[in-house]
Amino acid sequence: MTTFASTNSVKPTKPWKVTKRQLIPNFSLLIAAAIATYLVVALTPMKGKLAYVLLFFIFGTGFQAALSWSKRGKSAAVDTLAASIMMTGGMLVFLPVVSLLYTTVVKGFKGLRPQIFTHTMESTSYSDPLTSGGLLHAIIGTLFLIAIATVISLPLSILTALYLTEIKGKASGFIQFLVQAMSGVPSVVAGIFIYAALLLTTNLRGSTIIGALPLAILMIPTVTRTAQEVLLLVPNELREAGLALGATQWKTVATIVVPAARNGLITAVILGVARIAGETAPLLFTLGTSDKINWNIFSGGQNALPYYVWSGLRDGTEGGLQRAWTGILVLLMLVLTLFVSARIFGSRKVK
Amino acid sequence: MTFTANPPKAIPEKRQITTKPRVSDKIFRGVLTVMSMSSLLILTLIGLFLSLRGFQAFQTQGIGFITKVDWTAGVDGSPDTFGLGAMIIGTLIISATALFVGVPLSVLTALFLTFYAPERLKRALVTLVDLMASFPSILFGLWGFIVLMPMAEYWAQLIHKYLGWIPIFGMPSPAYTRSPFIAGLVLAIMIIPIVTSVSREIFNQTPLDRIQAAYALGATRWAMIKAVVLPFGASGVVGGAMLGLGRALGETVAVYSVLNIVFKVNFQVLYGFGGNIASMIVGKWGEASLTESKALLAAGFVLFVMTLVVNLLANFIVRRTVKTGK
Amino acid sequence: MSNVSDDNNGEDMSTTSATNSLSSVAAQHAAQRQPGTAPLGSGLEAREIHAWFGKHHALADVSLDFAAGTVTALIGPSGCGKSTFIRTLNRMHEFIPSAAMAGEVLLDGKDIYQPGVDVTKIRLQIGMVFQKPNPFPSMTIGQNVLSGLKLAQIKSPKSNDDLLEECLTRAGLWSEVKDRLGAHAGGLSGGQQQRLCIARSLAVNPKVLLMDEPCSALDPGSTLRIEDTIGQLAKTMTIIIVTHNMQQAARVSDYTAFFLSDGGPGSMIEVGPTNEIFSRPKDERTENYVSGRFG
Repeated sequence: MTTFASTNSVKPTKPWKVTKRQLIPNFSLLIAAAIATYLVVALTPMKGKLAYVLLFFIFGTGFQAALSWSKRGKSAAVDTLAASIMMTGGMLVFLPVVSLLYTTVVKGFKGLRPQIFTHTMESTSYSDPLTSGGLLHAIIGTLFLIAIATVISLPLSILTALYLTEIKGKASGFIQFLVQAMSGVPSVVAGIFIYAALLLTTNLRGSTIIGALPLAILMIPTVTRTAQEVLLLVPNELREAGLALGATQWKTVATIVVPAARNGLITAVILGVARIAGETAPLLFTLGTSDKINWNIFSGGQNALPYYVWSGLRDGTEGGLQRAWTGILVLLMLVLTLFVSARIFGSRKVK
Repeated sequence: MTFTANPPKAIPEKRQITTKPRVSDKIFRGVLTVMSMSSLLILTLIGLFLSLRGFQAFQTQGIGFITKVDWTAGVDGSPDTFGLGAMIIGTLIISATALFVGVPLSVLTALFLTFYAPERLKRALVTLVDLMASFPSILFGLWGFIVLMPMAEYWAQLIHKYLGWIPIFGMPSPAYTRSPFIAGLVLAIMIIPIVTSVSREIFNQTPLDRIQAAYALGATRWAMIKAVVLPFGASGVVGGAMLGLGRALGETVAVYSVLNIVFKVNFQVLYGFGGNIASMIVGKWGEASLTESKALLAAGFVLFVMTLVVNLLANFIVRRTVKTGK
Repeated sequence: MSNVSDDNNGEDMSTTSATNSLSSVAAQHAAQRQPGTAPLGSGLEAREIHAWFGKHHALADVSLDFAAGTVTALIGPSGCGKSTFIRTLNRMHEFIPSAAMAGEVLLDGKDIYQPGVDVTKIRLQIGMVFQKPNPFPSMTIGQNVLSGLKLAQIKSPKSNDDLLEECLTRAGLWSEVKDRLGAHAGGLSGGQQQRLCIARSLAVNPKVLLMDEPCSALDPGSTLRIEDTIGQLAKTMTIIIVTHNMQQAARVSDYTAFFLSDGGPGSMIEVGPTNEIFSRPKDERTENYVSGRFG
């Protein structure tokens, strides 16, 4: 008993963890760097936000590196320098994300009034004040496009993924190669391809279903690759168990493998939808256009959120730009919803 | 009685193990195989239709379609000149700018996330990078036009002021708006997520025993990264950068929003005009005659081939890195 | 329950007594060593080391002194904490994110876990050779040997050529590679790679060399060569070797420590001069293990 007691009295510690107290010199040096930056900007002709940022980076990094040098020598100073550069590089990358989100919310929010969800641009021009018009037609168009593109691409992608993971036939390597090649097709190329194939020499005009075709092309590789990853996570024992029970491969895949990967496959579809929901370029060639709701997917032009934003941007007037920001905010909310739901489903890929 | 030795036994033939699949499985396999060929079909059709419909342009312009820098649709029967040269060079310049800015930042970010960031911060930042990848490109266009352009013009002025003696930063007359530099910055931001996540994946696979060996020899973190991680991950980063290049080459609306497209070769990245195949197609499309539309389809074919080559090369490099661990 | 704690009690006592006796034995032993292999200053001392991985208490209360110029073998079945222990000695333990520890490790009388200690300097003085040979594949044989100097950005008083020859000779590899120092290390056999890793550790001139099952991935021939190398190195430095192979422990070490875990945290059961541990162990469990009855 005594041993146990003495054992329990020993506390696990992490002596390698840097304590707050050890960081005091570092913090004081950061403050010193801030002061030095301020003084230099005040006393020299260097001015502007950029000067502040640059000087603070130079002073901060320099001081920290000097501190390391004095404590532990040259190699530690180089280490500190590298760490500081990497941290700054990392932060620089996140500035645009923050700025993108911030600008969209701030600028888009101004035009976000209930009426835009119930009105279309039927009797409004982009430059008109925001009290008239809305983007209901664009939302409906986008939903149509997503639905049609999903219906077309889903069977192709999932079956291709099943071919790659379940059959592993002779052509697997080649198919994999093709899927990768497809994921690199620029969206504008997908758009003009559909135009060249269906619209250029025929009497057909842009419509919802034709607009959905390039989107389906863009969606296939994303869904295939994610679905393939997920199907590979299904343990082989499950497949063997099915086959050992005398089930056919088809039955095993349909009743065991696919249900086991269900959440992951849903994630794959969501990621595919997120990939295409904001695509603009292909729509410019295939969608036609419409200022009002068009329920007919086979004929007549259609609108979509990214197309709406594009029109506002090209309009260039104050009203047009405001409509573009509001449109992009709505589009971004859609994309974020998809993103979050993909995370939720993705966190439990295989049951 | 004569004793005869047993003749040496012949080694038996290997038995062929065959299974006769049931009908349902045959159908199942057949359907999957046919469906998996859909990507082949689609890619072939894209190549076929674009080249066939664009054939007229290739035919009339010959090699000049790629080398000439002038693009004029003939009026009243005068011959057309469709030369994509300036657009191809412009696309490459903008993509190179994007890589020049985006790849170092991505590699720094990937190293920071893999070896420096505390667990919780890391998870948050990785989510943010993934989120960035899902932003629609029109958002980058709008943001680039409204928010980035004014700032980037100022940066361009500074670069010209201090580095103007380098020819590519030259400036014949002050025109900083809608330059290849700004388009390159927007693209740099757009390719950062893909390059970062590929680099991170590669860095994560650095063999632990080598990392430990370096640390056990008294290496600091940076010395370890330099000696172990970077040599291991270098070709993977190159592959990631090529994937980013593939994306940058084909990006359309974001570039269109911030670039002034002129059919003239411009090597001065800060100067306010440039070329870009994808944006040019969108820009010319509206008022194009049938002949010009066909030339634009031919331009699309050129773009298709360019991105295809770059992407396949990139995937090859990334996959080889992941497989061999070298 | 009471049985277990009794056992632990006994074990504790034996541990303590073993540690105490070891110091004096070690001193005697060091004195008996050949002239010309003068002690290299005080050795390495572990004081009441505990180690955790998250909530899992992996190692409890190990105190052990390693006299300068001796070889100590750590033996015991898998999961007894011997590898964890050796990794606390040069602070490689902390690379596992959930890891924690308690106790002190004294090098020349100073605690290597003291706040403010430069861990890279510690690892320069306490080198390590791992289970699997891990030369840097992007470097040549020569660059591998000198990599430690480059990594820690230090200069050796000797010229690179001299240092290369010296380290590779000490590691028993010189004659095999002297003509191809510019070749990539990946072309060497497993045993050669491991000796290259030893040479790499020697180049920064450590006082102590930790070896974590250095021969477990090698064939018997290579194993013998490494053991030979260990014998040569022991004249000039302190060596601590973890091994699964009891014959190896008997062949190379001056002292042997036996570790065991009874389902709970691993701990040291017994330590003493190697011939005593193998011929007349004090603890029954040690006897069972060294005679091959379990483990």
